Amino acid sequence: MNHPEHPAEHIAHTVDKAVFLRQLSQFLKVENIVSAPEAMRPYDCDGMSAYRVLPWLVVLPETIEQAQAVLRLCHQHRVPVVARGAGTGLSGGALPVANGVLLSLAKFTRILAIDPDNRSARVQPGVRNLAVSEAAAPFGLYYAPDPSSQIACTIGGNVAENSGGVHCLKYGLTVHNLLALKLLTIEGELITLGGAGLDCAGYDLLAVLTGSEGLLGVIVEVTLKLLPLPETASILLAVFADIEQAGEAVTAIIGAGLIPAGLEMMDNLAIRAAEAFVHAGYPLEAAALVLCEMDGMAEQVAADLAKAQVILLTNGATEVRLAQNEAERKKFWAGRKSAFPAVGRLSPDYYCMDGTIPRRRLAEVLRGIAALSEEFGLAVANVFHAGDGNLHPLILYDANQTGELARAEAFGSQILQLCVAAGGTITGEHGVGMEKINQMCVQFSSAELCQFHALKAAFDPCGLLNPGKAIPSLPRCAEYGALHVHHGHTPHPELDRF
Amino acid sequence: MSIMVTHRTPNSTGFEAMIESDSDASVLLRERVLAAIADQTSVNIVGNGSKAFYGRPTQGEPLSVAEHRGIINYEPTELVITARCGTRLADIEAVLAEHGQMLAFEPPHFGSDATLGGAVATGLSGPRRPYAGAVRDVVLGTRLLNGHGEILKFGGEVIKNVAGFDVSRLMVGALGTLGVVLDISMKVLPQPEADITLIFAMTIDTALLQMNRWAGQNWPISAACFDGEAVRIRLSGAEKAIATAQIKLGGDMLPDDEAALFWADVREQRLVFFQGETTLWRLSLASATAQPNLPGAWFIDWGGALRWLKSDQPVETIFQAAQVLGGYACRFRSPLGGEFQPLSKSLWQLHRNIKLAFDPHGIFNVGRLYEGW
Repeated sequence: MNHPEHPAEHIAHTVDKAVFLRQLSQFLKVENIVSAPEAMRPYDCDGMSAYRVLPWLVVLPETIEQAQAVLRLCHQHRVPVVARGAGTGLSGGALPVANGVLLSLAKFTRILAIDPDNRSARVQPGVRNLAVSEAAAPFGLYYAPDPSSQIACTIGGNVAENSGGVHCLKYGLTVHNLLALKLLTIEGELITLGGAGLDCAGYDLLAVLTGSEGLLGVIVEVTLKLLPLPETASILLAVFADIEQAGEAVTAIIGAGLIPAGLEMMDNLAIRAAEAFVHAGYPLEAAALVLCEMDGMAEQVAADLAKAQVILLTNGATEVRLAQNEAERKKFWAGRKSAFPAVGRLSPDYYCMDGTIPRRRLAEVLRGIAALSEEFGLAVANVFHAGDGNLHPLILYDANQTGELARAEAFGSQILQLCVAAGGTITGEHGVGMEKINQMCVQFSSAELCQFHALKAAFDPCGLLNPGKAIPSLPRCAEYGALHVHHGHTPHPELDRF
Repeated sequence: MSIMVTHRTPNSTGFEAMIESDSDASVLLRERVLAAIADQTSVNIVGNGSKAFYGRPTQGEPLSVAEHRGIINYEPTELVITARCGTRLADIEAVLAEHGQMLAFEPPHFGSDATLGGAVATGLSGPRRPYAGAVRDVVLGTRLLNGHGEILKFGGEVIKNVAGFDVSRLMVGALGTLGVVLDISMKVLPQPEADITLIFAMTIDTALLQMNRWAGQNWPISAACFDGEAVRIRLSGAEKAIATAQIKLGGDMLPDDEAALFWADVREQRLVFFQGETTLWRLSLASATAQPNLPGAWFIDWGGALRWLKSDQPVETIFQAAQVLGGYACRFRSPLGGEFQPLSKSLWQLHRNIKLAFDPHGIFNVGRLYEGW
C-alpha cells in the first residue's frame, strides 16, 4: 500500500543528528538510544505493516524524568515525536516519522498499585492489557476492555486508541474504564488528568486524551477501573440460514431489554475459515452464526439466557446450542477469536476494516459489501461485533499479484464510505492513524477538521506530536476530495488545488 | 461542506419524530452568536434555569435555548436517542419509558422543566452513576455551535466511534463555556425487570467498608448510599437474581413505593439533609476513602465515591482536604455562589488554551467555570 504522506503535514527541521544524539546521551543510557538503521528496523511499522518508515532515532526512556527530558529536547529543536507502545495497532498510528524521534514506552512495564478496596489499578503505560487482569485476579477483580491483541497490547496504546474488544456493549470502551492519567505535554510538563474519584474539576480531558492517538501528549501513567470478576459466564451459539435473519435476531435481543456481555456474528466465509483452523464445531453450511454471552450472577445469567434462546429461535435460528461447560464456552469463543488468523490462512494477505454502523442497517451494508466484492473481484469475510455495530470486513488479496493491493485498498475505502453513508463511522476501535486519514475527509467537514486542529494546538501548538496522523490537513482533504467527487460537488471548494 | 449523512427514516417502532411543540432554533441561535461576536458581547446560555445555582455567576445576555427542542431520532433497538438541547428531561424519560428504557445516569432534574442541555452542560449524574455510568459515559455525539458561529457535528449515533477527538464528551460538564451544545445523541439502557431496596443500620466506618466490599462482588447493585445511620442499597435485575441477592445479603426491605420515592429524593436533593441555608459541598473521592476530618453533616452516595457535606468551613479548608485525598470538591449550593476546586497552573493554562480553541472571542458563559474565562 502506498504510504499516504502529505507535504502539508510534514514538520521540517535541520537539526544535526550527531548533536542531538550527544544531547540525548546526557540523560539517557547508551543502550536506550537506537540510531543504527538495522537496529531501528523493528520499529519501522506497527500492526499495520503495509506502511513502513524508518524513524530518525528511537529512544527508550526508563523514567518519567527521562521521557520529560526527551520531550523538552524535541520541543526545543522542533523535532517531531511519535509515541509507541507495543506496536500492535492496526491503523499505523505508531508509524514513525522519517525525521522524527520514535519514543518507545516499552520500559514502563510496572504495575504500580492494585487497590482492591477502591477497585482500581495504577499502572505504567507499557503494562500489557492482560497483565492488569492477571494481577487483579487474586482480588476477584479484572480490567474489562479486552481488545483481541490483549496478550500483547499495552495500556498506553489502549488509552491512545480508546481500545474496545468483544465486551463493549455491556462494559464500555477504554474511556469508560479510566480514572486518571499522567500526561507529559510536548513541553515536558507533567499533568494529572482525572483523580481518585469518579469525576474531577474542570473539563473532561480524560475523555479528550482517550483515543487521541498520540497527538496531544505522552501518557506515562494510567489509573484503571477494575470490576468484580463475573461469578458466571455462559454462551449461546445460534445458527442461521440467512444472514439478514441473524441481524434481525440480534436487534430483537437488544429490543427485548437484554444487554449481553458479548454479541458476535460471523458470515459463512468467516465460519468456514475459523472451523478449518480451530475446529470449534461451527456448522459449515450456516450463512451466519451468532454468539451471545451473558455474565454476572448465576440467577441473572440463567434468566437472560432463557430469554435470549427464545428470541433467537423465534427469529429464525435453525439451531441454538448452549455451552454445557466452561470448556465448551471457550471452544465457542475460540472460533470467533481466531477469525482473523483463520481468514489469513485462506489467502496470502488480508486487509481488516473497522467501520461501525447502526445495527438496523446491517443487511443493506452487507449487501453493499457483497456487491463491491464482485466489482473488485476480491473475496471478503465479515466478522461483526453485532452488539455495538462494529463491522470488521476482512478483504482477501494477494500482494504478489500486480494491482491486488491497490484494489484491496480501494475496496476498503469504499466500504468505509458505505459505513459513513449508513450513518456510521470509518473507525469503531482501530483508530484513524495513517490508514484512514483520507476517509476522515469524508466523515468531517473542513470546519470540523479546523476545530480538531485548534484543539490539538491547545496541547501542541507546534504540531510536533505524531504529525500527519488521525486528523488530516485541509490541503490533503482538498486533494483527496478532488478524486472523490460526490454528486458533482467537490468537498472543500474553499481551498486551492495543487 | 459536510458529506455526513443524517438519516431521518421513519422509525419502525412507531415513534413519531416530530410533535407540534418541536422546533429547530439552530439558525436563530447561530445568528445570536454571530451578533455577539460582531458586538463583542458575551452570552449566558439558559435552558429553563433549573441548574442556574450551579457554578459561578456569569454576566452576559441570556441566550435561551429552550425553544430548540424535540426528539430528533429514537431507535430503541439501537439503544440511542438524539434530541435537541432544550428538550425537557421529563419528556425524554417518558418516551424512553414507553419502550421500557431509561437514561441510566439518572439525571438530577432540580426542577420540572429541566432540559437535556442542562444535564449535559452540568455533567451531573444521579445515584445509578457508579454502576451504569455518568452522563459523559453515554454521550455518543453532539452538534455544537462554537465561538466562530459554526455548527459542527462530532461523534454520532453509534456506540463505538474513534474517528477524531472526543469533542462530544469534552462538552459534558463544561458548563457551556465552549459553545452551545445544540443536539445530543445518547446511549440509553433497558429498565431493569425489577428493583428492591434493602436497608442496613450501621456506623459510617462499617458503611464505607461494606458498600465497597459489595461493589467488588457480583451483586446487582444499582445504588448505594449512607445517611449517617443506615446504608440503603438498591438491587436491579431479573426477579430471581434479586430474590437470591436479598436472601444472601439480608437487611430489611423497603416497600416499593417508599424506595422509589427515596431514590428520587436522593437524586433531586429533597431529603431533609439537603434542606436549609448551610453551604452544601460536593466531594468526589475514591469510594473507600475514610471519612475526611471536616466538621459538618454528611450524606454519602455512589457507594462512597460522592460525599455531600453541609459545612461553614472556609473554601480553602475544603479544597485542601479534597486535594490531599486525591479527589476534588465544589461549593455546590451556597449563598456565596458556586466555586470549583482550583486547577494546577499547567492544567489551568491548558483549560485556557482549550477555551480559546472553541471560543476565541470569549462569548460563552464567561466565568461560569473559572474566573476570567
